Amino acid sequence: MAKIKLDDIRKVYAGGVEAVKGVSIDIEDGEFIVLVGPSGCGKSTLLRMVAGLEAITSGTAQIGARTVNDVEPADRDIAMVFQNYALYPHMSVYNNMAYGLKNRGTAKAEIESRVREAARILEIEDYLDRKPRALSGGQRQRVAMGRAIVRDPAAFLFDEPLSNLDAKLRVQMRIEIKKLQKSLGTTSIYVTHDQLEAMTLADRLVVLNGGQVEQIGAPIDVYEKPASTFVASFIGSPAMNLLALQKQGQSWQLQEGEGLEIELDVAAEEITLGVRPEDLHIIPQGQTSHGVLTAHLIVSAVEPVGAESYVHGTLGNGGPEVILRAPGKAQFAIGSKLDVTATPDKLHLFDGNTGKRMEITPMRVVA
Amino acid sequence: MKSIKLLDHVILILGALFMLVPVGFAFFTSTHDAISVYQNGLQFTPGGHFVDTYTAVLTEAGGFTKEVTGLTMAWNSLVLGLGFAIGKIIISMLAAYAIVYFRLPLGTFIFWIIFSTLLLPLEVRILPSYEIVQGLGMMNSYSGLIIPLIASATGTFYFRQFFKSVPDELVEAARIDGAGPIKFFIDILVPLSKTMVAAIFIIMFVYGWNQYLWPTLITTDEGYFTLVRGMKQILQVWIGAQIPDTNQAMALAILAMLPPVIIVVIFQSWFVKGLVESEK
Ligand SMILES: Nc1ncnc2c1ncn2[C@@H]1O[C@H](COP(=O)(O)OP(=O)(O)O)[C@@H](O)[C@H]1O
Ligand SMILES: [Mg+2]
Repeated sequence: MAKIKLDDIRKVYAGGVEAVKGVSIDIEDGEFIVLVGPSGCGKSTLLRMVAGLEAITSGTAQIGARTVNDVEPADRDIAMVFQNYALYPHMSVYNNMAYGLKNRGTAKAEIESRVREAARILEIEDYLDRKPRALSGGQRQRVAMGRAIVRDPAAFLFDEPLSNLDAKLRVQMRIEIKKLQKSLGTTSIYVTHDQLEAMTLADRLVVLNGGQVEQIGAPIDVYEKPASTFVASFIGSPAMNLLALQKQGQSWQLQEGEGLEIELDVAAEEITLGVRPEDLHIIPQGQTSHGVLTAHLIVSAVEPVGAESYVHGTLGNGGPEVILRAPGKAQFAIGSKLDVTATPDKLHLFDGNTGKRMEITPMRVVA
Repeated sequence: MKSIKLLDHVILILGALFMLVPVGFAFFTSTHDAISVYQNGLQFTPGGHFVDTYTAVLTEAGGFTKEVTGLTMAWNSLVLGLGFAIGKIIISMLAAYAIVYFRLPLGTFIFWIIFSTLLLPLEVRILPSYEIVQGLGMMNSYSGLIIPLIASATGTFYFRQFFKSVPDELVEAARIDGAGPIKFFIDILVPLSKTMVAAIFIIMFVYGWNQYLWPTLITTDEGYFTLVRGMKQILQVWIGAQIPDTNQAMALAILAMLPPVIIVVIFQSWFVKGLVESEK
């Protein structure tokens, strides 16, 4: 168990690709950190630099009190779980788990007790003599976890460990990993491109984009106060509605299209307005808006997912598309008109040029 | 559908006959005595001299020097076949390991150089090879028979392709598990390669066992003759002396065929596995 400190880590691959562009993260002892971002944003590269599988171009990585830039992976006191499990195909489950301990010269009895204990925790005791190819995907995943656990390392590193599982198993394993991590209390770094997985697992999220940190924070904070349009659109499903606005005299207009009325007092020329689909509310017929924002949309598609429906609509005539969440039972005809509104505290404002979050200055609420 | 099946079988049976009938002739002829073969030509019925002929071939000394028996030759062939196969496997595995897993400067280039030696089979470079072996005083020795032929572009190529197909994560998992290069090779790569090793072993063993040209050049001492090389020599001597012992020559031929057949039969399932599937 240990703290991990990454200080201005960069990675430039031999071909000149700068995959990680100066990342600094302080990870607390026992914390579960999730690196999340779209494919190719440098998550794996960053994780592999912590593991020692990839050389660090510049910056320092510390595990515990030790700077590990030049330490071999085996000596970093970490264990890693790979997406394709990377089990040794010719070894039994038992030997897969025992191999790392054997190489470290752990006593036979000690190895035996640790492997049995890990197998008990992961409920794979019955398969210890099997070869990996005689196991299902979920079981292999458990063995891979077991291989990490038996080592009792300072940190677990996970690289998309659930991506090869089917959806149901993924949810189940996700919960188990979280429980396990909490009960072992081992510092963990977990890489995923799945924002839902990230949200549910993380103590803190690190949202990466193009090799840089966009935001670090507890999942709920990241969700409620995304630091940029990138984070806003990446975290949450369906994604946050983002509308580009420009100032026209004293009022704000959509940059493209019409069908939005908004009253706000912001010192800027261009902004991006964000509203989550669940924060858009339909104004019942015959009533008027009580929010700062009123949007008129024409329903273009409805996706019922059971408990709720995602209603897609265009603002005005051929304007930007927005999504709102409506109760599952509600019926909407394609082409019908809806008036929707949102309360001021649910609006997110981002700088139109940089995409960075702006703290909303007081807004007038109109009747 | 049925007629196609029938045709398949007919073709297979014809093919099998084509291969087996000559072997049958050789075998049956070897069970007769020399005189009846001389009088009646090749035989396709069992004769009563199986035991005499084979005992004679295996244990009676023949050749010019009257020192070499069939058993000695079989032993020499076995040494050559095994030395060849094992040596080639070790060398080409190590070469492929270096090429695939270590960032050698010019690694790919070196590989293609090795690969291009396929264009230079033994027959092309036989004179320089002979000269070097002679210069090193390795004539009439097992090492002279084996070592000059031990480098294998084919083997290196197959192992390289195989190693390249082993997922990188396996190497990385092993690194994290504290396996250095040697441990990784022995604990993981070698066991993973076992079907490949078996396939290459068969090919190389048979290839080594059947070598003719090289042993003919390198061995003048009959004590180092292999079956394949010795058969003709010994038959010639016999022909000069008396009624040709065609039956014994046939017996030698059968004996020379036996070990490769046994090896192929034993390893055939591995052989197919090695070529078509891999355990990853
Ligand atoms: N070995 C490599 N050599 C060169 N470029 C690489 C290598 N590995 C990854 N990259 C590049 O680095 C970037 C980040 O890759 P990666 O860390 O694998 O992303 P992620 O895991 O977030 O999908 C990508 O643009 C990828 O093409
Ligand atoms: Mg990745």
